[in-house]
Amino acid sequence: MNSLAVETTKPIHPAWMRITHWLNAIAVVIMVMSGWKIYNASPIFDFKFLGAITLGGWLGGAIQWHFAAMWLFAVNGVFYITLNILGGRYRAKFWPINVGGFLNDVKQALGGRLAHDDLSKYNMVQKSAYLLVTLALMILILSGLVVWKSVQFPLLLSLMNGYDNARIVHFWAMAFVVIFLAIHLVMVALVPRTLLTMFRGR
Amino acid sequence: MMKKRIQLLDEQLIIKDASKALGMPGRRLFGKRALSLGALSMLSGCGLTNENSVEKMLMSISRFNDGAQALLFDPTQLAQTYPESMITTPFPFNAFYAESEVPEIDEDYTLELSGMIANKDEWTLAALTALPQTSQITRHICVEGWSAIGKWGGVMFSDFLHRVGADTTAKFVGFRCADDYFTSIDMATALHPQTLLTLTYADQVLPAKYGYPMKLRMPTKLGYKNPKHITEIFVSNTNPGGYWEDQGYNWFGGS
Repeated sequence: MNSLAVETTKPIHPAWMRITHWLNAIAVVIMVMSGWKIYNASPIFDFKFLGAITLGGWLGGAIQWHFAAMWLFAVNGVFYITLNILGGRYRAKFWPINVGGFLNDVKQALGGRLAHDDLSKYNMVQKSAYLLVTLALMILILSGLVVWKSVQFPLLLSLMNGYDNARIVHFWAMAFVVIFLAIHLVMVALVPRTLLTMFRGR
Repeated sequence: MMKKRIQLLDEQLIIKDASKALGMPGRRLFGKRALSLGALSMLSGCGLTNENSVEKMLMSISRFNDGAQALLFDPTQLAQTYPESMITTPFPFNAFYAESEVPEIDEDYTLELSGMIANKDEWTLAALTALPQTSQITRHICVEGWSAIGKWGGVMFSDFLHRVGADTTAKFVGFRCADDYFTSIDMATALHPQTLLTLTYADQVLPAKYGYPMKLRMPTKLGYKNPKHITEIFVSNTNPGGYWEDQGYNWFGGS
């Protein structure tokens, strides 16, 4: 009884985290789908994305979507990270993180034995995945800035090893985010309560 | 406007019909159907107007992005230059038409000037070639994503604008071209030291496919902002738009 009372007063995910999560989801989906259309205009690799799963109708429309959603993505992302740092959530949720624990949790997860009794605590696989996808999203911003404005960001340009390479970095960071998203959705399907907590906080 | 009004009328009629039908007990089934029909038509109507307003919203964000890019644009920041060994050969041809349709321009070509320019005398190619020349090896970035390095030579555009007495406090410089292309740029970019009224490519007279007799080359802007076969340059305070820009490409088009 007591623990239930505690649960209702303190949500697993605070409201700001749930809001930034869903705004980020909207922005990322728009940016990925419009990004695929932009990619198709001049593919880096020997394939194109299926037109039906792209956004924007044509290159000009896709670019408009991409550079509209970027503001939501960037501003929301700054809020998310700032509040995580200032509110101590990063420390509380992601610390400690270690390789041994990570490998152990991967083993458990692959055997289907990784417990999800307490949704307020992340296991090592979750910790790594959420931190890595955050990192990938940051790399998407940095490489994206170079693709967008290579002349105005000379330092980033050399960090990305040139304009053409920035496109390749942008592509692989996108691929990582999409793979994360696929696994993320499978996990939500396996433990549906997590979807509820991301809406209600509990 | 008309569409919206018709749609509103339709919706009102459908709702009126539906509520009438619902009022009669014997027609409940019909009423249900009418109501769902009405709901459907409202949904689709809603979809249409939404699509329109989404387009408008995207356009206005694109205008906002013009402003953001103007703020981001540093008039002293130079684009990277490259050694001759890194030039892309062959440099790709790119236009809104096929290479076989490149306009042929004869020798009595003259460049016209108009708008907020003090000396609107026409310029012959010989006169332009007699001006001090400079060259650059820079990267051309296409809005599609590909890029290529080339060597362009010609007159520094800021020199030219000052020489003809252009009002450099004006906001825009517009271009009309022999291939019916047109575009316009902000004055800050027009005055950028790497903005070049190019007359040569790879030290040769600018070939037809790259924009003979002249192309405005700006390594600080995407390819579609770099007009070829220019026949007229004008200075203005109203935004002249552009061929691609009017269809939805971002107007500032900076890189």
